[in-house]
Amino acid sequence: MSEPVLRVDGLSVAFGHPLGKVHAVDDVSFALAAGERFGLAGESGSGKSTLALAILRMIKPPGRIEAGEVWLGNTRLADLDEEGMRALRLAGIALVPQGSMNSLNPVLRIGKQIADAFTDHGLHLNRGEEKRRIAALLVQVGLPEGVARMYPHELSGGMKQRACIAIATCLRPRVIIADEPTSALDVVVQRQVMATLARVQEELGAAVVLIGHDMGLMAQFIDRLAVMYAGRLVEVAPIAEIIDRPRHPYTRALVASLPSLETRGALTGIPGLAPLLRDLPPGCAFHPRCTLATERCRAERPLLRRVDGTEVACHLA
Amino acid sequence: MAPKWPAILRDAVAPLIEAIDVSKRFAGGLGRESTLALAGLSLAVHAETPSIIAVVGESGSGKTTLARLLLGLAEPTGGEVRYRGTDLHKLTREERRTFRRDVQAVFQDPYGVYNPFYRVDHVLTAPVRRFQLASSRAEARELIGEALRGVGLQPEEILGRFPHQLSGGQRQRVMVARALLLGPKLIVADEPVSMVDASLRATILSSLRKLTDDRGISILYITHDLATAFQVSDSILVLYRAHLVEAGAAERVIAAPQHPYTQLLISAIPRAHAARDWLIDEDEETRKGRAPLSAHGCCFADRCPHAASDCLAAPPDLYHTEQRRAVACVRFRDHPALSAGALGEVLHFTPALPGAPCDESFPHSGQAE
Amino acid sequence: MMRGALRYVRRNPSLAVGVALVAALSLFIIIGHLLVDTEDARPLSVPALRPPSWDYPFGTDRQGRDLFAVMVAGTPLTLRIGFIAGFLGVGLGTVLAFTGAYYRGLIDTIIRGIADIGLTVPGLLVLIIIAVSIKGTLTVNQMAIVVASLAWLYPTRTIRAQVLSLRERGYVEVARLSGMSGPGIIFFELMPNLLPYLAATLVGAVSSAILASIGLEVLGLGPIDAPTLGMTLYWVNFNAAMINGWWWWWTAPTVIILMVFLGLFFLTIGLDEIANPRLRRSV
Repeated sequence: MSEPVLRVDGLSVAFGHPLGKVHAVDDVSFALAAGERFGLAGESGSGKSTLALAILRMIKPPGRIEAGEVWLGNTRLADLDEEGMRALRLAGIALVPQGSMNSLNPVLRIGKQIADAFTDHGLHLNRGEEKRRIAALLVQVGLPEGVARMYPHELSGGMKQRACIAIATCLRPRVIIADEPTSALDVVVQRQVMATLARVQEELGAAVVLIGHDMGLMAQFIDRLAVMYAGRLVEVAPIAEIIDRPRHPYTRALVASLPSLETRGALTGIPGLAPLLRDLPPGCAFHPRCTLATERCRAERPLLRRVDGTEVACHLA
Repeated sequence: MAPKWPAILRDAVAPLIEAIDVSKRFAGGLGRESTLALAGLSLAVHAETPSIIAVVGESGSGKTTLARLLLGLAEPTGGEVRYRGTDLHKLTREERRTFRRDVQAVFQDPYGVYNPFYRVDHVLTAPVRRFQLASSRAEARELIGEALRGVGLQPEEILGRFPHQLSGGQRQRVMVARALLLGPKLIVADEPVSMVDASLRATILSSLRKLTDDRGISILYITHDLATAFQVSDSILVLYRAHLVEAGAAERVIAAPQHPYTQLLISAIPRAHAARDWLIDEDEETRKGRAPLSAHGCCFADRCPHAASDCLAAPPDLYHTEQRRAVACVRFRDHPALSAGALGEVLHFTPALPGAPCDESFPHSGQAE
Repeated sequence: MMRGALRYVRRNPSLAVGVALVAALSLFIIIGHLLVDTEDARPLSVPALRPPSWDYPFGTDRQGRDLFAVMVAGTPLTLRIGFIAGFLGVGLGTVLAFTGAYYRGLIDTIIRGIADIGLTVPGLLVLIIIAVSIKGTLTVNQMAIVVASLAWLYPTRTIRAQVLSLRERGYVEVARLSGMSGPGIIFFELMPNLLPYLAATLVGAVSSAILASIGLEVLGLGPIDAPTLGMTLYWVNFNAAMINGWWWWWTAPTVIILMVFLGLFFLTIGLDEIANPRLRRSV
């Protein structure tokens, strides 16, 4: 692809624990083109939220980034000091964290929370300009201008989430990372919020990383999907490929577990349990639950490699 | 398969649990209006015809209120909930014990339901002790082991652990095992899998389905997820803003939804194997509703593309549109209106009554007229 | 076991300091009893107004008491008042708090109402009135009861608040569905989760009770014949010890009172850290 806007190279994050090190993110690499919609799918414990925090260098002890590089355009994030990193957050890469709609400051009006983002990034506007920008932002996310004077508790779930998107995009970032932005919303509101996100992204020309576990939502929204399991990437491919021809057994099982609205009696799950991250099995992390596991799978950890235009980490692909 | 009882005989046996025009209104407090959590709803579950009934709705629809009313954890402000013919809140102590054995629950949060002070065994030994289900410790252990195996868990892996040492899926299955210990006839499952990983949901829901098919336990499956409701249940009730808007056989409600809200819900579910046309034009979406919200009319009037003046005047009746379907929408007013209490008939397997509207495509409808 | 304890001490230094202070006081009392005859705590036992010396490590007071003996005899008395009053107060407060918070309704309104009104009345004032109305001299145990009469107010409110939030937990509903009765739920489901909080409240209550009793004693409303810490301070005032330069007389009780309060204070903070995991600073 032409100059990727975000490149992650071999990122690894580990947490110290008295009972053993926990590898929350293990050697993850991917690249994002400008304006691309990228999905990161995985279940609880797969490491996707930790990956998002690691990209923004927001991992706190006892966790630390053990290895890897993150590039935003031509800037290597490791070269930036804390001040530089702070300036980059929200202005370069914006994060809409999980449950953010419940983390809006309850005693500040929405307008003030957006204005705070401006001042924290050294953008000092006069009153009139500030009001105008905030109004434009709110309209862009489909909210009436009056929302600037409202408090979070006066807004519905969908409106709060859209306010969070407004805060996240107020400095025109190049990458927007949205971590389960619609998990607490009903399907109808979910659709409205995702449509808003799509429109904002197009207007900004920004790339979006959507983190979630709803394969149906991924299929309808994103262009390329990365699937994570036990902190590792197992498959990265265009979404159509993943839905029609999943190559990794875990991806196959994930797609199959999506309950259909057409035929009944086809509820399939994945037997077994996700492994404890501090006690991963040798070889492929998925082999205890994989019906096709071979001796090689039990011994040797598969690396992500190219297989007809997709990337898979499986010995049998 | 449970035997199909002729309708007339079944009327003679009181339903296991019955809600008769039950409603719940929360008082407003200082200066605020009261909130209607559930408008008049009637529902019956018969022990002789076990099935899975799904109650689908978003937050604020009243589905959790309905669950709490049926479990006796809350009192209705209107109407009655009856256990085997007697009002729930007028049961004697003995009758209440039987009620607790017959009707059990599984809740949404697989962590909050465990007392962090105790190991998970506590949640299983408590009902055994309270209801004296075993005469010795060995017998109790055997009973608990059986219940755990019944939901696909190994007792050795579960007992003796603290809640935080088990995964969400395991904790939820232990809750199902707990519900099973008392040998209930009805399990009210309030969002049992929404906080569990997608890959584990199928396992838990399949085991619930097995409970109905193999052991004749009815399940009231409360959820916001229409897709799993479609997969696992026999009938679906759709609630919106405290009102029942549509009810009927699961296949029919999903394949051919009649109420505009159900249609909206189904179209809003993102599907993996469909065309990429799910993302909508938001402005079009918000323009759809034509009528203002009215406190006296249909609850969906402000978002309904078919809203007319009739919709604002009074809430629509529940119309019996197919043999196993009822819709609360004035567009179906040429069908017979259902009286309170008759909804139970709509949801259950009944031989076709003469003159009733027929449902050709439904395989279980008995003799088609 | 020892290593685990040492590791915990590093994580929770307040608890360690509190325990150390209380242990030091206890040692003082125990060893003190072996070293000195507590009869010397009575007036006219020893020569008066001697500064600290080898014979009289804490000196003597104007009425001929050996101050070392007074401290050794009096500290446990003061502590006893505090413990009795604290236990009674928290005990009553717990019962009322659980009853009101679990059952709600009228009983909760009554309990809360009385506690709220009681809390607004200046406590010391009430205690003074009670103490003054008792005919004859007060014994140490009577003193404890007087202080206890008000010690239950604050614990009732704080414990009630905790129970109110706990009773909404999922496991309480599950317990109801499992057929547990109200008292059963209170004892077996709610109480165990509150034990650390109750312990912290108890220590706080003991501390307040000691303070209240010292306050009363300094005003002369305490058990006049007992060599408690507060009564010693009363005599210090009565005899204008500070002006007269008899520094040893008020130094000893002050230091001991300081140790008592600091020890209890650090204990409370240490217990708070156990009770409230969110306060934990390290993993």
